[in-house]
Amino acid sequence: MEIKNNIIMSLKDLSVSYTEGIYAVKDVTADLLDKNITAIMGPSGCGKSTLLRAINRMHELYSNIKVTGEINLKNNNVLKMNPMSVRKMAGMVFQRPNPFPTMSIADNVMAGYKLNGIRKSKSEREEIIKNSLTDVGLWNEVKDSLNKKGSFLSGGQQQRLCIARAIALKPEILLLDEPTSALDPIATSKIEDLLLELKKQFAIIIVTHNMSQAARISDSSMFMYLGELIEYDNTKKMFTNPSNKKTEEYLTGNFG
Amino acid sequence: MVCVLSSIIAIPLFSIVWKVVSKGYKQISLEFFTQNIPNSWEASLALKSGNIIPGGIAPGITGSLFMVAIASLMAIPLGITIGVYLCENPNNKYASIVRFISDLLQGVPSIVIGLITYSWVVTTLKSYSALAASVALTIMMLPMIIRSTEETLKMLPNSLKESALALGASRIKTTYYVIIPSAFSGIFTGILLSVSRVIGETAPLLLTSLGSSSINWNIFSPTSSIPTLIWDFYNDPNLLNMVWSSSLILLTIVFVLNYIAKTVSQSRNN
Repeated sequence: MEIKNNIIMSLKDLSVSYTEGIYAVKDVTADLLDKNITAIMGPSGCGKSTLLRAINRMHELYSNIKVTGEINLKNNNVLKMNPMSVRKMAGMVFQRPNPFPTMSIADNVMAGYKLNGIRKSKSEREEIIKNSLTDVGLWNEVKDSLNKKGSFLSGGQQQRLCIARAIALKPEILLLDEPTSALDPIATSKIEDLLLELKKQFAIIIVTHNMSQAARISDSSMFMYLGELIEYDNTKKMFTNPSNKKTEEYLTGNFG
Repeated sequence: MVCVLSSIIAIPLFSIVWKVVSKGYKQISLEFFTQNIPNSWEASLALKSGNIIPGGIAPGITGSLFMVAIASLMAIPLGITIGVYLCENPNNKYASIVRFISDLLQGVPSIVIGLITYSWVVTTLKSYSALAASVALTIMMLPMIIRSTEETLKMLPNSLKESALALGASRIKTTYYVIIPSAFSGIFTGILLSVSRVIGETAPLLLTSLGSSSINWNIFSPTSSIPTLIWDFYNDPNLLNMVWSSSLILLTIVFVLNYIAKTVSQSRNN
């Protein structure tokens, strides 16, 4: 793959194991580009989500998980940093929309600041809320109901609110774990359009089951199988002319 | 047939309510809430002339509220903290011991808890006191608050906690700002039910707060309460009428607390 100068994150021999000797992710080495959407594809249980969670060290919430190798995010060694600082640099959006149910829409956007004890003046707060909601295309829909609970929104709107919550903290990279799998096609296409806009500001990594989604929005794609990174290339190249037979079988639906 | 059998459950309840209301309502007036406890002599004069007994149960109402409030101040933070700990560490060995002890504590007869508190607090301070009673009530409230906190937190989706942590929050801030507020109605229901359970407790109070003939706001002094007053009235033939009216007040408090608890938990389910 053509290497450009705008590498935001490098993974080097990254392995994740749940039990001794059994790897969920094995020796993954890859350079990820800034202001790019990178899709991670592969069958269930191939280690896509595990890899994503290792990047912002969410795997540490569960004991017995061991990570070796190196993750370098903007010249920071992620595995040696304070996990809370890592998570501020790498925003995450989950499969199911999960705005904090007791907080208003505005408070949800500001949740990252509140939870990190960062105080903002009233005008700064209003600016962050407006900018974040505008970035996710939600401002016009909710500007008159900022004090309503986030859980009143539709599923697609909730997911966009969750993205707003993640980008409000101005992360370096945005990690999305199958963000549209719980949404209908219209909401999905809105989120996809949104990601194409957001990649102008952030590097985005998206785990997806949906191959056509990866083809539609991503610039580069990773194909993983049994914890190994089988192929990592420009999306167009991978979908038209995959270099690995396994990738080809997966993309053409002749897998297994 | 099943219908008839299940209506049996209503018989004791209705007979209790009927008896308490019909015998107790005559005594209820504003004075009943504001006046001190009548003495036996005044009561016997009133009985002879066919009047209602003068005086009220103000020391009992204030005492009960005072002691339950102190107990709540101790039991609520402690119970929620332990409940959160148990939920966060489901498989930890120490946590399962704590869970087991909490369950055992729920089954300990209240008189035994009263005796233990007597030996801990009353003998140490060398006086019956509201504080001693509050300690006993705290011990009785804890298991229910711990359980309800743990059970409510367990029902919250894991993703809620994960998304707070993914924003860079510490575990403590996640628990304080996201988890506990989301579980508030469940925890609140547990607290109300535990309050309604201990507010009617008599045995441990007889051994710890003893009783007082006037309103007391000093935690180191003996204090009256509605249940212990009922016991005192029962032991005085002249004051027997006061038993029913005091029971009516106690029953009303318990019913109201249960009703609020039920409404809150239903609103959560909706």
